[in-house]
Amino acid sequence: MSMTEITAARITDAVERLYVDACLRLPEPVKQRLYDFGNPYIIENFEKNGIIPLCQDTGLAAVYMEIGQDVHITGSIQSAVDEGVRQAVKAGYLRASIVSDPLRRENTGDNTPALVYMDIVPGNTLKITVAPRGFGCENKARVSMLAPADGLEGVKRFVLETARLAVPDACPPVMIGVGIGASFDRVAYLSKKAVLRMEPNPDPYYAALEQELYDQVKKFSIGVNIIQAPTHIAGLPCAVSVGCHSLRYASEVLS
Amino acid sequence: MTAPVQIQTPLTPERVKTLHSGDEVRITGTIYTARDAAHKKLCQLLDEGSPLPFDIKDQIIFYTGPTPAPPGYPIGSCGPTTSYRMDRYTPRLLSLGLRGMIGKGRRGQPVIDSIVENTAVYFSAEGGCGALLARYILESEVVAFPELGTEAIRRLRVENFPVSVFCDCGGNIYSPYL
Repeated sequence: MSMTEITAARITDAVERLYVDACLRLPEPVKQRLYDFGNPYIIENFEKNGIIPLCQDTGLAAVYMEIGQDVHITGSIQSAVDEGVRQAVKAGYLRASIVSDPLRRENTGDNTPALVYMDIVPGNTLKITVAPRGFGCENKARVSMLAPADGLEGVKRFVLETARLAVPDACPPVMIGVGIGASFDRVAYLSKKAVLRMEPNPDPYYAALEQELYDQVKKFSIGVNIIQAPTHIAGLPCAVSVGCHSLRYASEVLS
Repeated sequence: MTAPVQIQTPLTPERVKTLHSGDEVRITGTIYTARDAAHKKLCQLLDEGSPLPFDIKDQIIFYTGPTPAPPGYPIGSCGPTTSYRMDRYTPRLLSLGLRGMIGKGRRGQPVIDSIVENTAVYFSAEGGCGALLARYILESEVVAFPELGTEAIRRLRVENFPVSVFCDCGGNIYSPYL
């Protein structure tokens, strides 16, 4: 496979475009679930929208980069992404919601820095996903280091308890993302990835669990997704992330 | 479904007594925005014995931080933020005559007690619908703390702004999701 050269400037352009787009338009699979749920305010909010962001919380800019191992990027990735965010905030009239320090709390004024995640994957393309992360739902996420003896019942209890604590604060109907396994830090990451997944779990055991949990929260939810991972004999980490109904993300592949 | 209740600001205790949890309400008049940082500053002013930047008696505070207004628009996206983060400041403002709040989600018991004690009301607006709610805002003007950016206090003129009563002055709670 031949090497692909991607300049930082192209990353900046893509991030600007994707961030503005994600704030203005919902992905089709999300719209479909919201039509099924049927809240008329929410449907009108995304259907009749023009250049005003769907939600005033245009988020912390979470940017996922799936970098093909045969891609070479010229320039700094973090700087390129931050410049894209800066331009998007200006061009798209997005909100500056980031403080430079968690305790001293000074607004940076341009919504930077972005939160950049990087995965190295096979191939020679670069996939960029921008997922604005509003904090109404972010604040409702929880991690629990369950014991193996807590088992399936412990996981169910923790997921349902977290889901019920999340509404109505976190803009229902919500998407519930569940991570099970791995480690304390990784399980939170898995639960975040689960919020953005639009298909059932490929493993029938977990697909059935997703359905069982969803049946208990569908009054205020548009889905429960699980991502599981190998873990240690002594542990059963479990994380639950909540996605508000403005479930925003946009992707593009650079090659 | 019964027709929404129309209310005007300023909001009197007598009018508040006619509102019940679960009522659909449309607000017309002037309301003020304030969220986390502005609440902190308001309470710092009170600690110093300084006057507040606006008279809060019989007024409504909307917990929101809008996006910037594009050219030709009075304001950008402007939906409610989660209310419980304002809980530690709220009873103090209610005791000074603040009559109503617009936000989303639950309130703590001290806030509910204070709502009852001061004959106030807590409204909920549809979360995550800032584009829709912005259409009911006709004018916006920063009146305090411009250095806070989106968290500055703004005076909004609204017409038929759609909310529902989450907690009435009897302390009764209603949410379709609870």
